[in-house]
Amino acid sequence: MDAAALTSRFPATQDLAGKDMPTYRVAGTDLLAVVSALRGEQGFDLLADLCGLELQGRPVRFGVVIHLLSTTHKEYVRLHVDAVNDRVPSVSSLHPGANWHEREAFDMFGITFTGHPDPRRILMWEAYPYHPLRKDFPLAGIEVPLPAADVAEVTGQTVEPAPMMGGPFVSHGGHFSEGEPSALDQSWNEQKPKA
Amino acid sequence: MGCSPNLPKTTMVKSDFGYNSKIEGEVIVTRADAVVNWVRSNSVWPMPMGLACCAIELMAAGGSRFDISRFGMEVMRFSPRQADCMIVAGTVTYKMAEVVRRIYDQMAEPKWVVAMGACASTGGMYRSYATLQGVDNIVPVDIYISGCPPRPEALLDGMMLLQEKIRQEGGSLRRTFRGRTVETKIVS
Ligand code: SF4
Repeated sequence: MDAAALTSRFPATQDLAGKDMPTYRVAGTDLLAVVSALRGEQGFDLLADLCGLELQGRPVRFGVVIHLLSTTHKEYVRLHVDAVNDRVPSVSSLHPGANWHEREAFDMFGITFTGHPDPRRILMWEAYPYHPLRKDFPLAGIEVPLPAADVAEVTGQTVEPAPMMGGPFVSHGGHFSEGEPSALDQSWNEQKPKA
Repeated sequence: MGCSPNLPKTTMVKSDFGYNSKIEGEVIVTRADAVVNWVRSNSVWPMPMGLACCAIELMAAGGSRFDISRFGMEVMRFSPRQADCMIVAGTVTYKMAEVVRRIYDQMAEPKWVVAMGACASTGGMYRSYATLQGVDNIVPVDIYISGCPPRPEALLDGMMLLQEKIRQEGGSLRRTFRGRTVETKIVS
């Protein structure tokens, strides 16, 4: 990994001093050029992972993390990209394997990948109005109609918030060993009458 | 039916088809329903709706060690048109619920549904925005099987209970679901 070549050519790139692998924060405008240079000049030819993330307390709410692997030099590099205005350029023109990863990040976080060849949802159905991995989305869900209107009509069923029955189990900060994860919500009495 | 009333109680045969040829001759008297139910209960053709890990145990139940064919149920049909009993084995997501309901609608009457495992019965451990909290919200369920996953023995026990239930059924095909008669719509 030739770090100097990267930072001198892309001055906006910032070394985050990753503990396990070289880690850089890359500007969204540079992303395609950086990934292309890493692939063409430094042998990072495999996109190992691409995921969205939401970091609270930072000016840009969403980001994308890309892990690239060099199959010749056997090393990884990690790239952070801030999703300014929830937009990040798609790298699936360089790494076709990014296609579904980017669809998942869009589905779960609502990050738009500009230039993506097939920008649909991948896990939830197309008409679903929310992005469920956002921090402000409750785990139990929000009531919306079932995806199929005819099935909803016959069954009278909607997508309804799940009864949390003592969950979700969360840790209360601090070191893992200091406290057992326990339930915040103690709604053991929740009952839904079944006909 | 089939049993003479002057037989002592202890020798009465539990089955609908037990008869004593010395008393009744070479004639079996029964109801048409009982014959039909006997046939139905011993040739249940399951529709394996394998959606998650429970489907592995369903496969094990079909294998030689547990051998579901001892109960006449080895004819797993992947076409709903040829199946009688949908075994919902696994987690039903809201996205999949539509498919489950459509496949149920496409099965010909009479039909039964077995909810195999915690997920199919109640949503199981998946208390989340994506998971239907029990397949009985969209289709009428006849037998619930507990377990995560249920062992093949539990599935076989549930299927034997289903056989028992089929044998008790009357002639009517009307089914109720959430307090009203289910209209079986075929959606193509
Ligand atoms: S009940 Fe358990 S084994 Fe069965 S599908 Fe659910 S999680 Fe898997």
